[in-house]
Amino acid sequence: MINIIWGVMIAIGVIYGLLSGNIEAINNEIIVSGKTGLDMILEMLPILVIWMGLMKIAEESGLLKKIAKIFYPVLSKLFPSIPKDNKALGYIASNIAVNMMGLGSAATPFGLKAMDEMQKINPKKDTASEAMITFLVLNTSGVTLIPTTVISLRMLSGSANPTEIILPAILATTCASIGGLSLDYLIRRRHK
Amino acid sequence: MNKISIIIIPLIVLLVIVYGYKKKINIYDAFLAGAKEGLVSTFNIFPTLIAMVFAINIFLKSNFINFILGFLKPFFALLKIPLDILPMALLRPISGSSTLVIMNNLFTTFGPDSFVGRLSSILQGCTDTTFYVMSLYFGSVRILKTRYAIKVGLFADLCGIIAAFIIANLFF
Repeated sequence: MINIIWGVMIAIGVIYGLLSGNIEAINNEIIVSGKTGLDMILEMLPILVIWMGLMKIAEESGLLKKIAKIFYPVLSKLFPSIPKDNKALGYIASNIAVNMMGLGSAATPFGLKAMDEMQKINPKKDTASEAMITFLVLNTSGVTLIPTTVISLRMLSGSANPTEIILPAILATTCASIGGLSLDYLIRRRHK
Repeated sequence: MNKISIIIIPLIVLLVIVYGYKKKINIYDAFLAGAKEGLVSTFNIFPTLIAMVFAINIFLKSNFINFILGFLKPFFALLKIPLDILPMALLRPISGSSTLVIMNNLFTTFGPDSFVGRLSSILQGCTDTTFYVMSLYFGSVRILKTRYAIKVGLFADLCGIIAAFIIANLFF
């Protein structure tokens, strides 16, 4: 799927650029986009290094297992294919918890480690496992309790009540998660 | 609210360190080992990220989205959904940074406390950039066959976007 979408986006961009006479912008973008990607990775690098360092401490001290244990009753229902004592559950729980607090960039390292652990128990290494898909659906429909970036931008634009959108956003994001997880569940059941 | 989120990260760091001491592990060595893994992870993500930025930015710069919007406008006008919000709803699963820019523009044009301003805030807060996140996470462990993942992710986004419209109408 990514294979198709990736190519189609580029093809549409170039063809529509040609047709609309906007090809100069496309030309520039092709040259600059590598730099944009590099800037993004340079922004991520220090965050990943620091948080993966801290996470290693949490892993070796058993803190991660403890977190996994607390959330196990819920997680075991969502991820029936992950064994009880697997580290992946700890990372998944931490990722979701940190995401909920609106700390997106700090959540990424947890998510990457979760994928790493799920890949270890994945029988087909080039194919997404069911657990991975459930995790990513949960992650991207992202239940964010405090959308920090949005609130700070609202504040900067002089909103009288920057935080008034918190409750509606939580409700909307819950709908997204429920919708995604339900479809995920239906597909998983059909595969069996 | 902001005070809470400012204090959370330092508290997590403190908790990790103190718990590590309590369990008598060598926290410094553990940190270094983990940091090294962080370098490897970044290295693994890099090609995926470049590939995504390349395709997404070419797509965005071509303005094809506006072309599509031309067709969708009558339909959305019928549903009484403000047209200014459309580009944001369409772009939400593809690019988080561009929807953030659109949201900010809407704030400047209509004000953050207008209906459009509030609706865009909810949209920005309610889902993550599915396409980008999925390709990044799958890319980090070299998964090529993503099966039904994107389909379900986009469906979740759709649920979120529809819910955002309905909820915004109920609340404001």
